[in-house]
Amino acid sequence: MHELGIATAVLQEARQEAQRHAGARLRKIRLRVGELSGVNAEALRFGFEVLARESEMEPLELEIENCPRRQRCPACELTFTVANYDLTCPGCGSAQTEFVSGDELEVASLEMEDYEPGAAGAQGS
Amino acid sequence: MSQVPLERKVLSENDRIAAGLRSRFAAQGVLCLNLISSPGSGKTTLLERTLEALPAGARVAVLTGDIQTENDADRLRRFGYPVRQITTGGTCHLDARMIERALAEWRPEPFDLLFIENVGNLVCPASYDLGETAKVVVLSVTEGEDKPLKYPAIFLKSQLLVLSKIDLLPYVPFDISAAEDNARRIHPGMGVVRLSCLTGAGLNTWLEWIEERRRALPAVRAELVT
Repeated sequence: MHELGIATAVLQEARQEAQRHAGARLRKIRLRVGELSGVNAEALRFGFEVLARESEMEPLELEIENCPRRQRCPACELTFTVANYDLTCPGCGSAQTEFVSGDELEVASLEMEDYEPGAAGAQGS
Repeated sequence: MSQVPLERKVLSENDRIAAGLRSRFAAQGVLCLNLISSPGSGKTTLLERTLEALPAGARVAVLTGDIQTENDADRLRRFGYPVRQITTGGTCHLDARMIERALAEWRPEPFDLLFIENVGNLVCPASYDLGETAKVVVLSVTEGEDKPLKYPAIFLKSQLLVLSKIDLLPYVPFDISAAEDNARRIHPGMGVVRLSCLTGAGLNTWLEWIEERRRALPAVRAELVT
């Protein structure tokens, strides 16, 4: 239900960064969404498309990398991807494993057109 | 086409405000608990019983969030402690800015225990850090025991699971051990309190948990300072 708000925040972050690069045009946003982030990727994409259209930022692509939950076993030091909510270590069978990742909600990178890193005009705002 | 790495959290602005609230609470020795559940699990009733049970002169305050109405605040004000309603006007969760604003516009007597009753919703509140010391998730026995599996984020991020309305257990097909097992599949070692606001069963365990968290505050503060 809050994906539209998340989409707004994504666009805001991306736009802020894009403004720091004079003459560049934002073409793609790469996002990381963890399975425990509480965000539905499809609803987020829908909200994003509506906002991008209304703000005349199209064509602007949203690439979502879905991140599974990962756990670490302190006993055998194995880090593994969780399937079927089973947190048991597949290496040694220990049930005491620790949360590593899976709640990501991050803008990983942006793709811009007509932008050369380090070029004049690409200074901070 | 050039790629610009950003590596920034989407909710970084919310997280920034939440971090400010958290250090403020820590510096003032405030225990802040963020209560989250589905609508109708009994958050407000749990707060009523809690306020009722606190010793006279307790320094406690409540922020309660709802989409509309002042109903919850009216219920909670009867106990004489400062209570403020945050009506979100449609938003399905509270965010850190709402908390910051509510606290700024509001000068209750100094408090060292702050309850935040979130909007009834198991999904969105999980994404928004409010600067709380701990999240508490409430699940009533009239819901499904598989809710921790269906809404894992909030069970992972909460330090305590309150299983409410246990007086109804004889009348509903709710397997309370399965509910606890499911919660611990998502969050190993998660604390659980079973209680009934109607009979009072388990309320002392809940109050003791709060007390324990208050005693642990200096350690939390030290951790934030270093």
